[in-house]
Amino acid sequence: MSASVQAPASPPPAGPWRSAVRALLGDRTALAAAVLLAVIVLACLAAPLYASRIAHTDPFNADVAATVMLHGQEVAVMQPNNNRLHLGLTPLGPTWNPGAYLLGADSQGRDVMARLLYGGRNSLLISASSAVLCIVLAAIVGIVAGFFGGLVDAALSRLLDIMWAIPVYLFAISLSIVTISQGLRLGPVTLESDNLLLPIGIIALVYVPYAARPVRGRVLALRNSEFVLAARGLGVPPARILWRDILPNVSGTLIVLAPLLMALDMLTESALSFLSIGVQAPAASWGTIIQDGEGLIYTRPWVALAPGIAIVLTVLALNLLGDGLRDALDRQGSGPAGA
Amino acid sequence: MTPALLRRFGQTLLVLFGISVLVFLIFFATPGADPTARIAGRNASPQTLAFVRHEYGFDRPLPVQYLRMMQRLFITRDLTSFVGHGEKVVPEVMRAAPVTLSLVGGAALIWVVASVVMGTLAAATRGSLLDRGLMVLGLIGISMPVFWLGSVVNLLTQSRLHASWLFSWVPGLGYVPLSEDPLGWFRALVLPWCTLAVLFIGIYGRVLRADLVAAYREDFIRTARAKGLSPARVMVRHALRTSMISFVSLFGLDFAQLVGGGALLTEVVFGLQGVGRLTYQALANLDLPLIMATVMYSAVFVVLANAVVDLVYVVLDPRVRDSR
Repeated sequence: MSASVQAPASPPPAGPWRSAVRALLGDRTALAAAVLLAVIVLACLAAPLYASRIAHTDPFNADVAATVMLHGQEVAVMQPNNNRLHLGLTPLGPTWNPGAYLLGADSQGRDVMARLLYGGRNSLLISASSAVLCIVLAAIVGIVAGFFGGLVDAALSRLLDIMWAIPVYLFAISLSIVTISQGLRLGPVTLESDNLLLPIGIIALVYVPYAARPVRGRVLALRNSEFVLAARGLGVPPARILWRDILPNVSGTLIVLAPLLMALDMLTESALSFLSIGVQAPAASWGTIIQDGEGLIYTRPWVALAPGIAIVLTVLALNLLGDGLRDALDRQGSGPAGA
Repeated sequence: MTPALLRRFGQTLLVLFGISVLVFLIFFATPGADPTARIAGRNASPQTLAFVRHEYGFDRPLPVQYLRMMQRLFITRDLTSFVGHGEKVVPEVMRAAPVTLSLVGGAALIWVVASVVMGTLAAATRGSLLDRGLMVLGLIGISMPVFWLGSVVNLLTQSRLHASWLFSWVPGLGYVPLSEDPLGWFRALVLPWCTLAVLFIGIYGRVLRADLVAAYREDFIRTARAKGLSPARVMVRHALRTSMISFVSLFGLDFAQLVGGGALLTEVVFGLQGVGRLTYQALANLDLPLIMATVMYSAVFVVLANAVVDLVYVVLDPRVRDSR
């Protein structure tokens, strides 16, 4: 995947991070992925701007009786069906006109394009936050298990084994289903079922075993390295060794994991939302929009197609970026062990 | 060899026990998720709540509840749904299992063949346009939500292109038992197979290519080439053989996950009444015993598959025996 970068003649001695950044900048695929990702994020951030200035619509309020001007004609957003009794309503199809219903309307007469942008904010927010949370948890578990070893390691590793034995999606579904109906009560704190912290926490938790294993492996190798043994021999306290010697050396592993985890998280979030146990109405995410579009798939396919394409592009960009990061950091041999 | 096997067996039992505790705790001890309230309905009177709590045994200590649950799930196998007519849960899961096995078995066959071809081709032509193209295709496969891909397949084959010669043979959504109509079974499942396989073709093809490229740096490959073997023979008989190790262990885990309900989204989109769809319906009804049974059932599959994979290693490779 990596384009081999020809180093300039007699390069100045650069630090490991500097040379990794340089390798990444020379990787055209990774660079293109980063640009694509930035465009998607910016577009979603601009959602309120699009809704108020361009489409003149509110993506959350359903207005079944609304009409829209198209080619100088007033057209109903919800049109009567073409059957003999004119039973039921079919939403407007794509107009391909950014001013109004670019991608058509959903079954409640809402502008799909505006919902797509607003939904993207939730999808991106949830997948990014759960990736960060998961990495923090995995770093703690992996470092503690790998550094202290013995019984601590055995207990934590078995716990990770147990968690990893439950299929990820079923695990996430189980946790979502018990918290979705009545929320989660943790002592004085109550998380309502529409709180985004619920899907964020759940998705982060189910991928902890996946992320903690390579960290643990790396720490196990570091623990017996000469500089850690030297620090121990000098009587440096364990907390300081962890902070000064171990953490900087697993940071490469953690950074490579970040985009790959975010990609997995985005797919998981969309699946949960598709099963209506992720983001709760009226809020949207790309998964909930695909679910809205399921019922219209044969009549108005763009409602489900558009958010799916958005997911594929985002996840693809994240995976390409992750590949590029791994190649760039692998020069120092600090990528995650194995796949 | 025996002590290693015994220790592995002990670990497997421990993990199985841990899973059952974890799953039980998720469903019956999550703070704020009171199963009594769920069974009794939203506006139940305090008397009804107390009755339900006692009737279902939720007033007992958690360890007692756990033991009773496991007894009814595995020993007497008379665990009943909390909703509907109170059907027995275990036979219901058993009835759905053949559908899931048909789906996952066919998909596995497709993804193994396709990913071996893809990984080998890419590794043999590494650095070429074909290699890059295949790897990007694989990455696109990994990046697609399976339920969305299924919807797109349905859109094309059931509606937009159904009238054309290409997809006119596609039957409506649903499952046809193999024993009743083998051809109908095949026609009903071939599109779900391909849809489910896409993700795994991407993952396995990429993993295999990476392993093959790494194998080509090994001494024994150099030796094989120095002996004057043909490139094809080096690839298939020497490189591919050693590279299949991580492939096989991945396969054991993924196959078990899918048989255990991981194919839920594919089953839902294609209307196949398998274990995953059963879980999905249980979700809609908040039917905790049924969800718990299916989650337990799948975790047991995964653990057993892992044990089998390890066992195969121990038998095949003496180095694994000592390193674990």
